[in-house]
This record gives sequence, structure tokens and C-alpha cells, in this order.
Amino acid sequence: MTSLDVKAPAAGEAPSSPAGGPPRRRLRIPARIRRGGLPYLLLLPALLFELLIHLVPMVVGIVMAFKELTQFYIRDWGRAPWAGLENFRVAVDFDAPIGAELLHSFWVTCSFTVLTVGCSWLFGVSAAILMQESFRGRGLLRAVFLTPYALPAYAAVITWAFMFQRDNGLVNSVLGGDSFWLIGDNAFWALTTVAVWKTWPFAFLMLMAGLQNIPKELYEAASIDGAGIWQQIRRITLPSLRPVNQVLVLVLFLWTFNDFNTPFLLFGKGAPEAADLVSIHIYDSSFITWNFGSGSAMSVLLLLFLLLVTAVYLVITSRGRKGADA
Amino acid sequence: MPRTPLAKSPMAPPQSFVWTRRIVLTLLALFALLPVYVMLSSSVKPLEDTLGEWSWIPSSFTLRPYVDIWETVPLAKYFMNSLIVAGAATVCSVVIAVFAAYAVSRYQFRGKRVFTVTILSTQMFPGILFLLPLFLIFVNIGNQTGIALYGSRGGLILTYLTFSLPFSVWMLIGYFSSIPRDLDEAALVDGCGPLGALFRVVVPAAVPGIVAVAVYAFMTAWGEVLFASVMTNDTTRTLAVGLKAYATENNVYWNQVMAASLVVSVPVVAGFLLLQRYLVAGLTAGAVK
Amino acid sequence: MRTMRAAAATALVIALTATAAACGGGTATNGEGSNKSPKKLTYWASNQGPSIEADKEILTKEIAKFEKQTGIDVELEVVPWSDLLNRILAATSSGQGPDILNIGNTWSASLQATGALLPWDDKTFDKIGGRDRFTESAVAAAGAEGKDPAAVPLYSLSYALYYNKKIFKDAGIAKPPATWDELVEAGKKVTKGDTYGLALEGSNLSNHIHQAFVLAKQHGADFFTADGKPDFTSDGAVAGVKQWVDFMAKDKITSKSAAEYAQNQSLSDFSKGKAAMVLWQAAASTFKSQGMDESEYGVAPVPVQSGTPGQGKQINSMVAGINISVFKNTDNLDGALQFVKFMTSDAEQKILNSTYGSIPPVKAAQQDAAFDKPDTAVLRDVLGTSAAPLPQVPEESQFETVVGTAIKDLFADAAAGRPVTTESVKAALGKAEQQMTKS
Repeated sequence: MTSLDVKAPAAGEAPSSPAGGPPRRRLRIPARIRRGGLPYLLLLPALLFELLIHLVPMVVGIVMAFKELTQFYIRDWGRAPWAGLENFRVAVDFDAPIGAELLHSFWVTCSFTVLTVGCSWLFGVSAAILMQESFRGRGLLRAVFLTPYALPAYAAVITWAFMFQRDNGLVNSVLGGDSFWLIGDNAFWALTTVAVWKTWPFAFLMLMAGLQNIPKELYEAASIDGAGIWQQIRRITLPSLRPVNQVLVLVLFLWTFNDFNTPFLLFGKGAPEAADLVSIHIYDSSFITWNFGSGSAMSVLLLLFLLLVTAVYLVITSRGRKGADA
Repeated sequence: MPRTPLAKSPMAPPQSFVWTRRIVLTLLALFALLPVYVMLSSSVKPLEDTLGEWSWIPSSFTLRPYVDIWETVPLAKYFMNSLIVAGAATVCSVVIAVFAAYAVSRYQFRGKRVFTVTILSTQMFPGILFLLPLFLIFVNIGNQTGIALYGSRGGLILTYLTFSLPFSVWMLIGYFSSIPRDLDEAALVDGCGPLGALFRVVVPAAVPGIVAVAVYAFMTAWGEVLFASVMTNDTTRTLAVGLKAYATENNVYWNQVMAASLVVSVPVVAGFLLLQRYLVAGLTAGAVK
Repeated sequence: MRTMRAAAATALVIALTATAAACGGGTATNGEGSNKSPKKLTYWASNQGPSIEADKEILTKEIAKFEKQTGIDVELEVVPWSDLLNRILAATSSGQGPDILNIGNTWSASLQATGALLPWDDKTFDKIGGRDRFTESAVAAAGAEGKDPAAVPLYSLSYALYYNKKIFKDAGIAKPPATWDELVEAGKKVTKGDTYGLALEGSNLSNHIHQAFVLAKQHGADFFTADGKPDFTSDGAVAGVKQWVDFMAKDKITSKSAAEYAQNQSLSDFSKGKAAMVLWQAAASTFKSQGMDESEYGVAPVPVQSGTPGQGKQINSMVAGINISVFKNTDNLDGALQFVKFMTSDAEQKILNSTYGSIPPVKAAQQDAAFDKPDTAVLRDVLGTSAAPLPQVPEESQFETVVGTAIKDLFADAAAGRPVTTESVKAALGKAEQQMTKS
């Protein structure tokens, strides 16, 4: 807030002092700080809050992963016994049930993520490209497409749960079947559908923005060369979206992999095995079985995995990008 | 419409393209709107209708659910709470993100990379991992300083502002970088301090980006479920938690659930759709560059 | 390199802050009960009535009496069930909670293990009129055996069999089934078209646990050994679970739709006449709100395998209910005990339990005419003679989740037409057993 106080006089008087040089006297920040420290000062609030809300709790969470933090100790968890790597050992012992369940949940999450990100990207890119040229009703359609993204998760997912009911739901009424969607193996498809529905508008939004950065001349040149619209899409549009895609796919991947709201709101307690995402699995392991040490260990493993994937992804895509540029 | 290859121009796309466009966009629009229709039509149905087999048209039209929702659950109170929490979180998040993004886009300093990488990597954190620790830290701060964070709107505001902060900072860095430096250098020469340049030049030029970030921050705070369920109490409960109360011991009041869902969605959806132009412009200049 | 150093420094700072926070976590919660603020109490109530708002109204009226008597200001919050356990957990781990709270009685042992709740030894019990004011089975559901209870029973419930009189009459069934064979037979008789014999909820985890517990008991089995080890795969437990799932899988007296029910849909099926029977605890007020008149249904004890209900293999219900607890680190211990005394007084017990349709665990209040209604009389009888508490082990909530989920998955199998065999039940329970972390 101090920085705001600083701003007012400086801004107010600036026009009246056209004679060169920054108005040293009027700024209350010492010159030394202003020279080197100002950026840090500007970053301070962001850093402070990130530290308080994300990083410190995160480290505490990592510490918890090395503790035996069950209902016997949560009241006084500073004094819970150290468990060493025990929590991790149990989590990755894939021959034993807890590890096997985690592994199963991991694979479910992987397929869910691949499908969701893939479909969302495909829908997003199709809509963005098809709407690149203006036509009647484009503005309205854009609003329609963005609506799922704007709807609050709880309102939207509750509605989907209502639609997926076996006897009274819209889905079975349309498909004419009497399958279960919220239990059993179909739960996976229900979950993926809802996730795609919620996610693809974001892909659409980003890609639409990306398309506006492609210079018109490229298309004109291609058009003169006799390239049809499909060829233009293949040769100009898609390659030009590469940088957007690089970020977009990563962001979608992280959001989808960590998605908690969708399964939690869709299935409530005890998600069906076929839709047992890692985030839900960890929630159950910590908040329902009250084994926060084990839950934290699983979260740490998840984090490590995401870090690894992100790092590998960034290395591969940026190398590919450099190669393409060269 | 002539379809000879010679007639091809950006103005007149071929029939194959037009038809693909019609079909694909229609399907996507149906997909996007289906739940919205369900919400809308179920919210004007009598309760009996929503408990029986699905029908596209309400057997009788009633606005009763829209009256009842305010009584079954103290929705107005939850609404206010959500508004306060999301509003405050948005304002704080935007101000903080503007400062941080300005620093990163305009200055060279040690630790710049560490800062951006760290702040972006928080996007990777599974929320469950820090739910309990964060809660404990809030309580500890409360015990030591007397600032009640747990159960208060303040705690939730703090939490939510940091949820949207990383993306906001990242997007504004991109946006600010796209604003020519000459502009703020000119302002500096004109006698503005660095902060004067920020507020008189950079911020006005970055309005689309800032609006985009604000919309994003508001939506994030308005829709969060997990932390709200642990960190709020009777007086500070937000919509995300409050909406669950329509499923009671006796009945799930589906028509009221749908009516309430619609009512709580209106502010965000309306705001979002009104401001979506800015969002696209903001993303175009910022994030996707 | 420079970046690396900066990163390392940041990490160090964070780690130090975290350690400080971790140490702080311990000290804040160590406070024992005191009387620092004798004029204030916070009370978390569970949702017992038709809605949170209704509960607030009911309880505020009663609490006003207490406030007038004692001059203590009570801050009431009715916490929805979906949030209650997480809120208690958060309160436990931080020491930042209410003075008094309601807990589901199946959580008693789990919460007792945390050490956050005031133990009720005889001396403490004396302050509210003595332990023998309460029915013994209700007190047994307030903590692990051999330990001082962690709570005091507040509202008691048991299961009963509700049946639709008209459907029974039309099918020529003269009296409600007393054994499971009779129940299946009656169920088969009335199952046709859209009407089914029995309504149940295939995705309702806690209900599964309650039923599986009773059925396993009737087959002579327990889900936990005497020393508290999980034992889910004994023949009796498998037979009990299979019998429950078989109502859908083999006997087909239950609608397949029920496999995804979890939110009292079974009760609306029953009140709409889509099912002839349902096993539930105190469902009268729900039926009423759904437009089913008291005269339309009958209430009977839950069936047994053979013979008549009693103890041991003859139990036909769990002891269900709500307990009231005092947080150990309350700042108003005396006030909290006074409040518990008030809530468990004969007069309040009558008012509250009759409002909520439950049975008072306080013996003196139990005999009141208010509880002679057809359904409450049955519930009271069952509680008195043939109900047993769920295993009071610290891992109860974990047990509820893993076994409940296993049964839910078995119902999903049954609904999908996959066979449910003794082997598949045993495999599912075996998997559940192995998921119980050893502690």
C-alpha cells in the first residue's frame, strides 16, 4: 500500500514539471532502493502472498509426508512420530493394495487427462478456425461457446449429475438406453464428458486469441499461390498456432490432471473405481481415512510427476520450436 | 455460388468448408448449451416433474422455485458472502499482479527468473496437499497475532487472490511487454516516477489485459469449492458450499437446485460475456504472444 | 549459478518458516479445559431436521431457555453433514473449534483417538446426573470399549422395517415379514412392473455399513476382532454382505435404479408406492413431507434370519444416533457441562427427540407418551432389546469408506447384470481389508 501513496503526488504533479529529470524530492522511496530495489518492492506483495498461501503450506505438506500423521496425532501433529520414507514406500509398493490402488488411480487419471486435453483441444481448434472468418451470428455463437467456461463449476456439474441420472436423466432419455453413468465403468465417460464440456471453451478462447496474431498477409500470399482454404489451414493456421499450443496444452494438462471439483461434485463420496482420479484418491486417503501422512506422500509423488512431465515437455517443445525456427 | 477454383478467395469459402462449419458449430453449440437448457427448463418445473422421467417441456410452468430458493437456504446471505469474497480477492489480485508484472516486464534484476518460475509452478500444486497446512497456518497466525483468518472472509480472500495470482501475473507480463517501452520512457522523461509511468501510461494501455485478468480472478474465486467447505462457517459460507443445502434429509429439490444454480451463475456469466471482447484482446496481446 | 543460489536461499527461508509453523502447531493445541470465559459457549449442531434453517429455529428456541437460566451466551451453528467431519477434523488439528459439538455416534471412537474430546469418566458423568440415566447401549456407542466415553448420547435411533399397507394387502400378505426369507418371499410377490419389493440405496456408503454390520452379526461374524484388527473376509461377513447385495443380484426384489441412489431416493420410492418395503431409521417425518400419510404404512422390527430379535446373532439394528461432546480445550468447561446437562435433561430430551422423531437415550424421557407412536414405539423397543453399536474402533471412518465402497461396487456389478458370487464378494472385501492401513 505504501507504493500507492507514493504514486499519487508523483502522478499529480508530473505534468507541471516538464523540466527534465525524475522528481527525486517528491518520491519518498530512498534513492538507493529506487535504483535497485524498486522491482523487488513491486514484487513484494505477490511474493509475500504466494509464500504465505502456497509455498509455506506446501513445504509443511511435504514435511507431513514424512510423518505418521493419523487420527492419533493430528491434535498435536508437531509431535507426530517421524515415519521416514514409510509413507512413500507404502504408496509405491504396487504389489500391495494401497500402492496398487494408487497406480490404478494414476492410470485412470492419465487416460482421463489425455482424452480430456485431446478432445478439448480438438473442439477448441475446430471452433476457433471455423469462426476465424466472420459470418452472421458469429458473436452470438462465441458467447454460447464461452458459457460453459463462465458457469461456476458447482452449478454446472450439479446439472450434469442431474442429467446423468439413470431413470430421470436426460442422457438416457436421449440415448434411449438404461445404462448407469454415475456408477460402474461408464462413470469414466460421464466424467470425461463433463470435463471436456468445461475445458474446451478455454482452449477455444486461447486459440481464438492466437489466431488473431497470424498476419493476414500470410493468407493473402497463400491465396495468390492458389492454396485452398483447407490447405491454408494446414499450411499456415496450424503451424502458426504452435507457440499457443505449447502453453495451452501444458496448462490444460496441469488443470485436468489436478482436477478435483468435477469428480468431487459429480460423484460425491466414494468415486467409482473407473473414475477414481488421483486428486480424489488423495482426498479420500487423507480426509476420510485420516491418514494425512500417507495422503501428503501421495501428493508429493503427484507433484514430482507433474514437475517431471512439465520439465520434459518444456525441453522437448522448446527444442522442437528452435529446430523449426532455424 | 461459383465453385470454380479460380473463384477462390478469402471472401468466399468453398461449400465443403461452409458445410463443415455449419455442422461442427451446430454440434458444438448443442453440446455447450445442453446443460444450460436443462437448468433453465428444470428451474420452471414443479418438483414432481424433476423427480420423474426427463421431459423437454415442463408439464406446467411455475416460477415458484425462484421464490422458494431464498427461503429453503439463506441464499441471499451466501450471495453477499461470495460477492464480498470474490470482489475483494479480484481487486487485490489485480493490483498485486499489476505491480509484479510491471517489475518483471520493465526491470532487469536478480532472481527474476526464479520468481517467474516459482510463481508459475504453484499452478502445479495439488490443492489437497496444502489445504490442511494452510488451515493450520491461518489458525497459528490467529493465535499469535489475533488476526482471525480461519472462518473469516479475510482468510478466504487471501486464499483466492493467490489462486488467480500466478496466471494473472503471467498474462500481464505478456501484455505489458507488448506495450512499447518508448511510451513509459517518454513518461519518465516527462517527469513521472516509475510508478507514475505505470499508472499513467502502462495501466491505461493495458486495460484489456487487466480486465481479462480481473474476470479470470473473479471466476476463480466465485467457483472454488474445496477450501470454501473447510474455511467458512455459518456466517461466512459462500455459494459454492451453500448450494449443497438444497439436498436435504427429505428431498433433493431439483427444481430449486436448478433455479439457484442459474441465479448464482448470472453475475459471472453475464459479466464474462460482456467482457469477453477484452478477454480475447487481452489474451491476444498477452498470454499467447 | 546465481539463479541456483537464489533458489537455494529461498528454499531455506521457506523451510525455516515452515518449521516454525510446524512447531507452533503443537503448542496452540495443548490447552486443557479452563473457565477463562464463563459467559460464552459455541455449539456446533448437526443437521437433524428438514433443513439447516429449520434446525436453527428449533434449537434457538430451546437454547434461549438455557441462556435465560444461566446467563451464558450460546453461539449456535448448524453444520451440514457434508462438512461436519471435515470441520471437526480441522478443529481438532488446530485446537480452534467450538466448546460443544454434535458427532455421529459411529465417529465416537475415531474422534476419541485424537484426544481432542473431553473423556466422560464417572465424576464428569455425575455432573450431568450420572451415567445410569442413559441406556447402556447408547453409551456403548460413545467410545471404545474399556475407555471413558468421548461423548454423551443425545438422540438415539434404530432401524425399522417400513411397509406399505395397501401393497401388502393387495398381494394378500397378512403380516410384515419377521425373517429374511419371509421378506424375500413377500418382496417377490409384490415385485411386478414398476413396483418392487424393497427400496434400498446402492451408493449410500454409511447405509451399506449399517446393514452389512447387522447381517454379518446375524451370521455370527464381526468386522473387527476383539483386539480391533480388521477381519472382513470371515465366512459370516461375506455371507452378510452377499445377502444384502443379493436383494438386487439374486432375489431381484429391488429396482436396478437403486444402484445409484445415495440421497434418500429410496424413501421417495417408498412414499410414491414404487416399493413395498424400506429399511430405515425414523423416516416418518420424511414420508410426511413427501405426502404419505401415517396410516398408509406400517412399522415392524427389521427381520432376523430365524426366531425372534434379541442379542448376539439375533440383533436387528445398529445403535444409531447422535452424541454430544465437549472439546477438551474449551475456555468454559463448567458452562459446557451445564449445557450438556441442559440438553440431556428429561424435559429437553422429550422436546428435542419428539421434534426430530428420534428416541431419547435418557431412560426417564424414553417412556414419555410422545414416543408411543407406531414407529417410535418400534424403534424404542429395538433399541432396548436387539440393537448393538457399530464396532467402536479408531479406524471406523476408514472402515466405512472402504467397505462401503466395496459394497457400492458390488451393487454396480449387480445392476449391470454381472454375477455376484461368494467369491466375488470375498475378493471385494479382501481388497477392502488390505486397504486398511496398519497402525
